Amino acid sequence: MSTSAARHATLFVSCIVDQIYPEIGLATAELLERQGVRVVVPDGLTCCGQMAFNAGFRAEAAQVAARTLEQLRDGGDIIVPSGSCGAMIRHLYHELFAGTPQAALAEHVMRNTYEVTEYLVDVLGVSDVGARYAGKIAYHDACHGLRFIGLGRQARTLLSHVADAEIVPLAGCEQCCGFGGLFAIKQRAISEAMLADKLADIASTTCDLLVTGDASCMTQIAGGLSRRGSAVRARHIVEVLANSVDARRG
Amino acid sequence: MATQSIAFHDRVDRALDNRSLQTALGRATDRFVTNRANALALVDDFDDLRARGRAIRASALAQLDDVLVRLSERIEARGGQVFWAADGNAARRYIVDLARTRAVRTIVKSKSMASEEIHLNDALEAAAFTVVETDLGEYIIQLAGETPSHIIAPCIHKTREEISTLFQDHLGMPATDDIPTMTRTARGALRQQFLQADMGISGVNFGVADAGAVVVVENEGNARLTTTAPRIHVAVMGIERVCERLEDLGVLLQLLARSATGQKLSVYTSILSGPRRADEPDGPDEFHLILLDNGRSQIIGGDYAEALLCIRCGACLNACPVYQSIGGHAYGGVYSGPIGAILTPLLQPELRDVHKLPQASSLCGACQSACPVKIAIPDMLLRLRADAVAAGRTDAIERIAMAGWSQAMRSPTLYRVGGKLASLGTRLLAREGRIGWLPPPLDQWTHQRDFPPFAPRSFTELWAERQRRAAGDGR
Repeated sequence: MSTSAARHATLFVSCIVDQIYPEIGLATAELLERQGVRVVVPDGLTCCGQMAFNAGFRAEAAQVAARTLEQLRDGGDIIVPSGSCGAMIRHLYHELFAGTPQAALAEHVMRNTYEVTEYLVDVLGVSDVGARYAGKIAYHDACHGLRFIGLGRQARTLLSHVADAEIVPLAGCEQCCGFGGLFAIKQRAISEAMLADKLADIASTTCDLLVTGDASCMTQIAGGLSRRGSAVRARHIVEVLANSVDARRG
Repeated sequence: MATQSIAFHDRVDRALDNRSLQTALGRATDRFVTNRANALALVDDFDDLRARGRAIRASALAQLDDVLVRLSERIEARGGQVFWAADGNAARRYIVDLARTRAVRTIVKSKSMASEEIHLNDALEAAAFTVVETDLGEYIIQLAGETPSHIIAPCIHKTREEISTLFQDHLGMPATDDIPTMTRTARGALRQQFLQADMGISGVNFGVADAGAVVVVENEGNARLTTTAPRIHVAVMGIERVCERLEDLGVLLQLLARSATGQKLSVYTSILSGPRRADEPDGPDEFHLILLDNGRSQIIGGDYAEALLCIRCGACLNACPVYQSIGGHAYGGVYSGPIGAILTPLLQPELRDVHKLPQASSLCGACQSACPVKIAIPDMLLRLRADAVAAGRTDAIERIAMAGWSQAMRSPTLYRVGGKLASLGTRLLAREGRIGWLPPPLDQWTHQRDFPPFAPRSFTELWAERQRRAAGDGR
């Protein structure tokens, strides 16, 4: 493996981070740069297409994903701060593009795509990124990263090296928070019931910070925490690792 | 069955509001999940066992015609009778006719989801036969006039307190929720039924082609009595529930018991290969095997063929956060939970709101992780959703929204303008950095959750500025 100093990587922040949580995108870039990785962000990247694909709108998803594939064609290592978008690209692009002219390109992009904690720990071999957080952190394993990419270990390795932080166990940390994309809207009642279970598990810890690897699940959990007046904040793992927990409110 | 006439969303709301259902589900699924985890921990490489189980099931399905012919020939050679039932109607007719011609009065049944699938009890009762379910869980829901809500734990939706009331009302049990007392009460009532029954109807966990046998596993001993005490035994088997060799059971039975109940093996494993032979003291005079197609042969070779690998262990139900929240009845079909969300639209397409079942998943993947034969359930749910869109079974708002979304995500200008508008709108609605109300249909989100406003400036903009600054610094 070459030294990380010579690396460059393409950052695909995802639509939700681009529009709602730019701080997460900036934190991801910073983390990578601190490891000597030169970060490139292609102009006009938007979305992996997962929302439409999951809703069954495959033609619409393919139109968007095909454009994204073209933009990532020469991207080298492609880093996403999301296990869910990562799983869409790595797991579901195969089905979306099977038998189409883009199949080979999709396979190429799939092979080069990494979720950020996976890239840091498994590719760059980093476990201590020099982060510091004075408080108690509980970690929620977001489903797609956990089950379709095999994430979890990497995040825990990185969190265990955050100075001054205490990592507290979270019961049901591998249980879905109930987000599920449009599921949260279309199946509101079920989604709320699942969130209630998650919030109860969080409340039974002593954590002051709930950390996860997907901005979408973070939105679901944060939305429930704030509605219930909880003092626990929800953050994306890169915000902890880049020392930018306080960069945004909420 | 009453649940089938109610809209899916109303069934969900009803389940979520049902306190005793929530209590019962929480207790039982937790126990199942824990027991399964403990049982898996005792196997060196459970993943390897899963892979072997999957290969065994896939191999049998790949040559299903041949395997079924082998099974039926061997059963017939031992004096059993095999009936190939194209659908539920054919199976029901065969069994009702058989019971009539043999002057049957009382029928005992052990657990069989295939018989639930074809509503066999309704047909038998309509023909004036007395049918008694003998699996404790099935017996309980029969007393209550309900349907099973779980593949292996039919009365999982009931609390012990509810069951106690049921036994007091129907069996004259004194008021107690002491479980040994309750099971003894049921046992006493059922023992009478076994002794007087003329016909026993069972399901089949696995048909074994080369052995010419069917396997029934259980924990109560009721299936053994059902299949041996009455003079006629009828086994109802979905055509896909077959394996080739007896040694395949070494893998399949382990997978089933560990995944279903967290046991190493079920308490009773009966391997049945025909009627009582001349030199045997016990067993039925007649053995009938019903090979039930009922839509299965249409699934083979298609996008959902993997669903036929299922060994009906129920692990995906226990692992599913949606099932844990709403239970089995809300699904409306015979099979519930994640595998039911696939099987029900395929096997019971006529049910109300059946195409909504694949929507009732957050796609978390816990089902696939729990599945002993690694069925890619989320991928199939996604395909069913795509089928629904292709068939036009989506509402207009969603179609328009998706078309608009696709346009915006492909056009940098539209994306930017759309993002700006969303930012402006959401920031107007936000109080102290959070939004407590969004207009319909997004009010579904804000019902119990806040939403964050879009950022004043997107990552794309901030990054471009950062790059410009860096370039300026470098100059």
